[in-house]
Amino acid sequence: MEKEYCYHCGDMNAIYIQFDEKVFCCNGCKTVYEILNQSALTKYYDIEKSPGIAPEALQGKYDYLENKEIISSLIEFDDETIQIVNLYVPHIHCSSCIWVLENLNKLNVKIVTTQVNFPKKTVRITYNLATISLKQVVELLCSIGYEPYISLDDSKKKNHKIDHSLLFKLVTAGFAFGNVMFLSFPEYFELNEFWLNQYKLFFHQIMLVFSLPVVFYAAQDYFISAYKGLKHKILNIDVPIALGILVLFIRSTYDITTHTGQGFLDSLCGLVFFLLLGKFFQQKTYSFLSFERDYKSYFPIAVTKINGEEESAIPVQEIKKGDRLLVRNEELIPVDAILIKGEARIDYSFVTGEEKPIKKTYGDKLFAGGKQTEGILEVEATKSISQSYLTQLWDNDVFKINKQDKLETITDSISKYFTVIILAITFITALYWFVVDSTVVINAVSAVLIVACPCALALSAPFTLGNVLRILGKHKLYLKNTEVIESLSKITTVVFDKTGTLTQSQESDILYEGVELFEEDLVAIKSVLRASNHPLSRMLYEHLGPKDILDVANFTETMGKGITGTVNEKILKIGSAPFVGLVDGITSETNVYVNKDAIILGKYTFKNKYRSGVLPIFEKLNKKYKLVVLSGDNEGEKKYLEKTLPKETQLLFQQKPEDKLHFIKELQEKGEQVLMVGDGLNDSGALAQSNVGIVIAENVNVFSPACDAIIDATKFEKIPSLLSIGTQARQLIIASFVLSFLYNIVGLSYAVTGNLSPIIAAILMPLSSISVVTFVTIWSNIMVKKSKLNSSSI
Amino acid sequence: MGVIYILITISIIIAVLFFVAFIYAVKSGQYDDSYTPSVRMLFDDEIVVKSPEKNNKS
Repeated sequence: MEKEYCYHCGDMNAIYIQFDEKVFCCNGCKTVYEILNQSALTKYYDIEKSPGIAPEALQGKYDYLENKEIISSLIEFDDETIQIVNLYVPHIHCSSCIWVLENLNKLNVKIVTTQVNFPKKTVRITYNLATISLKQVVELLCSIGYEPYISLDDSKKKNHKIDHSLLFKLVTAGFAFGNVMFLSFPEYFELNEFWLNQYKLFFHQIMLVFSLPVVFYAAQDYFISAYKGLKHKILNIDVPIALGILVLFIRSTYDITTHTGQGFLDSLCGLVFFLLLGKFFQQKTYSFLSFERDYKSYFPIAVTKINGEEESAIPVQEIKKGDRLLVRNEELIPVDAILIKGEARIDYSFVTGEEKPIKKTYGDKLFAGGKQTEGILEVEATKSISQSYLTQLWDNDVFKINKQDKLETITDSISKYFTVIILAITFITALYWFVVDSTVVINAVSAVLIVACPCALALSAPFTLGNVLRILGKHKLYLKNTEVIESLSKITTVVFDKTGTLTQSQESDILYEGVELFEEDLVAIKSVLRASNHPLSRMLYEHLGPKDILDVANFTETMGKGITGTVNEKILKIGSAPFVGLVDGITSETNVYVNKDAIILGKYTFKNKYRSGVLPIFEKLNKKYKLVVLSGDNEGEKKYLEKTLPKETQLLFQQKPEDKLHFIKELQEKGEQVLMVGDGLNDSGALAQSNVGIVIAENVNVFSPACDAIIDATKFEKIPSLLSIGTQARQLIIASFVLSFLYNIVGLSYAVTGNLSPIIAAILMPLSSISVVTFVTIWSNIMVKKSKLNSSSI
Repeated sequence: MGVIYILITISIIIAVLFFVAFIYAVKSGQYDDSYTPSVRMLFDDEIVVKSPEKNNKS
């Protein structure tokens, strides 16, 4: 059989299905092709090669979409005839996807229009309520392999409006700046030209009109912030800025209305424009990432409740203690519950990062957040959703505090002194001129306040940090905002989660202990494993490497226990200890035993595989930071970690989510600045409590819990570089502060003598701003390049 | 030279119109998704049924 790839999804053909001169890996892919073919939508395959995703079986999975309450919580618009729903479809990955989804109305005429937002991976569907229901729409999407992801997070009515106010302010300031520049420029060159003198007044008045929206709309944040600062007795950077803007405006208005001069309106508009530009540059959002997720993004919106013989879908918020719930394969357990019926194999990877399913039997407690991986379960809820073990964590106050409010930025700390100095200089100037020549007082004082307006100073940090943020984003280190970089520079302690963070969840180290296995045994084991779909079988199968495959007779798989098969007339049993005939001792390890013809040959032990680079990272960080490993697991790996990690590293095991949070809190109370590196929902509390919470994501498109930074798992080794970039960025900001002070000194030397002309202000202000911005941009680029984010070594 | 007043008034009105147009464009969400339209415009309006041999262009 020739190796061919599935025409639809590009998988290697496991089962060979030929249809219409094409090959498909499964019936699902073939069905999608048929659907598309019938509707003449095969252009789908022209746009990208093998664009599809094999669809999954449904079996009543979306029955809950018949519940009116759930429907109304999901849809965006409803006028009884037309409904609009915006669904998140994680499978959207190429231009073919956009094409087929936007041609949905050709597949099904009942759909009016569809619009894809590719960066956000959402599709907005408008459909005719009279002919099709939300459930059918979702099932249609599933049938062509674009299954939407509907979680509890979607149920709350969200206001999707993006806040554009900063952009509008920036545009207003820029618009006014450009126009005012044009109008004020002629006067700088031709002071006594005849026509200019004729229209000078007219020009001045237009300039004044243009500057009104700048002062009263675009610059309003600075006044508000300055007022708030003064109210709390803090001299923040916005105090001298607001003062500068105000003085510029009042002095210019005075000059223009009394016909004594042209004022400083171009400097004023330019100042506000540059300041807002800095603010705007500081923002960087990644449309495919969210730093705000809580358990709701992981949890289902509805659950099947069993009421005697009847099954009905209810929203998860309505689950009450004592309810009987049905959990299907691949469904999440939404509340803490007791298992009543069925074989449970729960995958807690959302919660702990550990992907190996855990076996549970009748009467066992199941915690919310686990995912059933085999068959159907019946459970009895023991708590409501908000009181469950995991979800309770979000009641903690840390989730309500905004971390940025706690941080004193470097600009804030410097501006305290800056403002005091400026006010002192102003006062001395006023005093001096009052004594010497009292007519110059107003002139000199206003000039000092204008020149001292710390534009360049206020721009240094936003441009440095904004630039670093962007460069890091290109290297798959996604930071929530620029404050994170500043917080990184202050870190003193680094705390790591173990499972899923230091270890890789998808791979394990497999060790064999027992009687020596001969080649024929290995071949037999591999042959038997081949038929099993269990994750451990798959891993072991991969581990054994290429072998001949023999025919297996009498293969049986006992769910959650093991597999049996006959190869070369030898009966092999592979599975858990009781399955092969051993007493199940309580161990912290995951073992798979091999039994051949009723003799136990040995066992395979699955050990967590540590990420490459864990050791060098610890050694590197150990020089500068206190290190801690917090693990939710048992102490099975303690000895190994003690041996390999630096001696000073503190190791803590069996830490519950709240324990992790409190541990971080205690560290902070001792004055430590804590960086938490984690991955799962169980780290959420610690991530929120820490000064900087970093999440390691195997796939950044999959949800990560709320945090300050998301790092692609392949970039795990870059954590020390990230920390050093934070420190360097801080130094760079300080350097650029010095530069902008120099400009201020030059300007002040004009100002204190009362000689500040509009032209000097008009040159000095943009010059200082632009040179400081250029300096920090170039230097931060060099700085990041030096830190070798690209190279594989650390 | 009174024409200067008219000219400046007209030019400012035009400038303000563009300014308003930009604000409108942002508010109506035209800048919210800057990638998908770039792909969408490449799709043909009519669906052409091609023979299967011609497929598999990437």
